Amino acid sequence: MSAIYVLWIRQLKRHFRSKSRMLGSIAQPLLYLVALGMGFGPIYQKAGGGSYIQFLAPGIISMSILFTAIFSGIEIIWDRQFGFLKETLVAPVPRLEIMIGRTLGGATVATLQGIIVFFIACLIGFRPVNLALLPLSFVFMFLIAILFTAFGTTIASVLEDMQGFQLIMNFLVMPLYFLSGALFPLDGLPKTMGFIASIDPLSYGVDGLRGTLVNGTHFGLFKDFLVLGIVISVLLSLGSYLFSKIQV
Amino acid sequence: MTKEELENENIIEVRNLTKNFHDLTAVDNISFGVKKGEIFAFLGPNGAGKTTTIKMITTLLSPSAGEIRINGYDAQKDQNEVRRSFGIVFQDPSLDDELTAYENMEFHGMLYKVPKDVLKERIENLLRFVELWDRKNDLVKHFSGGMKRRLEIARGFIHHPKILFLDEPTLGLDPQTRNHIWDYIRNLNKEEGITVFFTTHNMQEAERIADKIAIIDHGKIVTQGNSEELKLQTKTSSLEDAFLELTGHDIRDEQVNGVDRMRMHRRTMRR
Repeated sequence: MSAIYVLWIRQLKRHFRSKSRMLGSIAQPLLYLVALGMGFGPIYQKAGGGSYIQFLAPGIISMSILFTAIFSGIEIIWDRQFGFLKETLVAPVPRLEIMIGRTLGGATVATLQGIIVFFIACLIGFRPVNLALLPLSFVFMFLIAILFTAFGTTIASVLEDMQGFQLIMNFLVMPLYFLSGALFPLDGLPKTMGFIASIDPLSYGVDGLRGTLVNGTHFGLFKDFLVLGIVISVLLSLGSYLFSKIQV
Repeated sequence: MTKEELENENIIEVRNLTKNFHDLTAVDNISFGVKKGEIFAFLGPNGAGKTTTIKMITTLLSPSAGEIRINGYDAQKDQNEVRRSFGIVFQDPSLDDELTAYENMEFHGMLYKVPKDVLKERIENLLRFVELWDRKNDLVKHFSGGMKRRLEIARGFIHHPKILFLDEPTLGLDPQTRNHIWDYIRNLNKEEGITVFFTTHNMQEAERIADKIAIIDHGKIVTQGNSEELKLQTKTSSLEDAFLELTGHDIRDEQVNGVDRMRMHRRTMRR
């Protein structure tokens, strides 16, 4: 247990100590909220969609959780390059515990990040519709966080240096984000787009978050929850397995 | 097994160990044993296979062939038991730059489940010992190379394992610090019976400290014995001459780059 705790606290310390990371994690979602939210707001309204900020905020919260979580997971590559990974791998601790500690740490950081963005969104005009559902929103934030931290860990376990990182960003993380319905409604999409969105796990996270914050769910909360749960189990198992096979 | 047999048993037992990276054989069918309580020096030119061997013994790398037993446990099957048996100071850095000196020490102690009160006391003693106590709350990224090295070594002493692996521990340290640290290691060895397995390029160091020496070159063990035996065998008067006699005068940098390149290649190509 102490191993899980130290790895968890390490993730938190590293994140909140890095001023540039903190600043970036606030500035980027703010830019998205302002530029997209206010830029597309009038036309979204004209098309009969209502307030775009209301629609967009859950998407941007999900985005910043997605990025923070993936980065936390992928940090293993840095640890490998700076040598710290060895220190944890020779310790008399089952690798599963190391993986769990890291993942929980990354997920905690990402969830806190999501909550910060939630408050930023509130500052620029976003209003959650039903405050009673707010705790459930936080649950969905945590699910998104844990899913993508595990995803990052899984990727980092098979990548051995930073060269593949750009590829991962461009061909996995960005598509996951842009095709998820974070920025546009999933109702009435062309068939292919709808299909792609339905196999993107982030879609279910965004949908769950949107459902609990502003009541606009596409898949239904239960389905969101179920899909996220299944994907999380798969990724955690796969990640633990690959992590246990790491050689330095 | 009788008590005597147990005592005579090797705490590190390596048999026919081989490691291939693609078509390059980094470690080629080596066998050796280290007795309990012994100080064992593992010497060899750059790229001879020392670090690869240590990585296999410490469960970081799986062997292509052969058998390793540490403290009676199989290094591939009982990894957790094996990891419980040793401590290691790596050749290259393995600190967390974003944590303070104290946090790095604490992290290690908690991973190794050192009781809290013992841990606190040991961290203070060790940080004082390597003269980093007044820098304990500074982030490691602000440390100089020598300070990081000292911290790394101090961290390796937080828990008291049965075997201590030291991969070129004193590299880049001044003679004062070096002697200081070797005294500490010898003391641990004597007082707590900790077996020490180390590598170095400093032959005087090896001659002075090691009970037994093995020399590895091109992935093969060239010879083993104490320093007297090695000098006798090569008809030389110092370990340094014996070493050169056994491993030749060629410079080996090319080789080590070759291995590194192979590994880099393997890294990018794999999966």
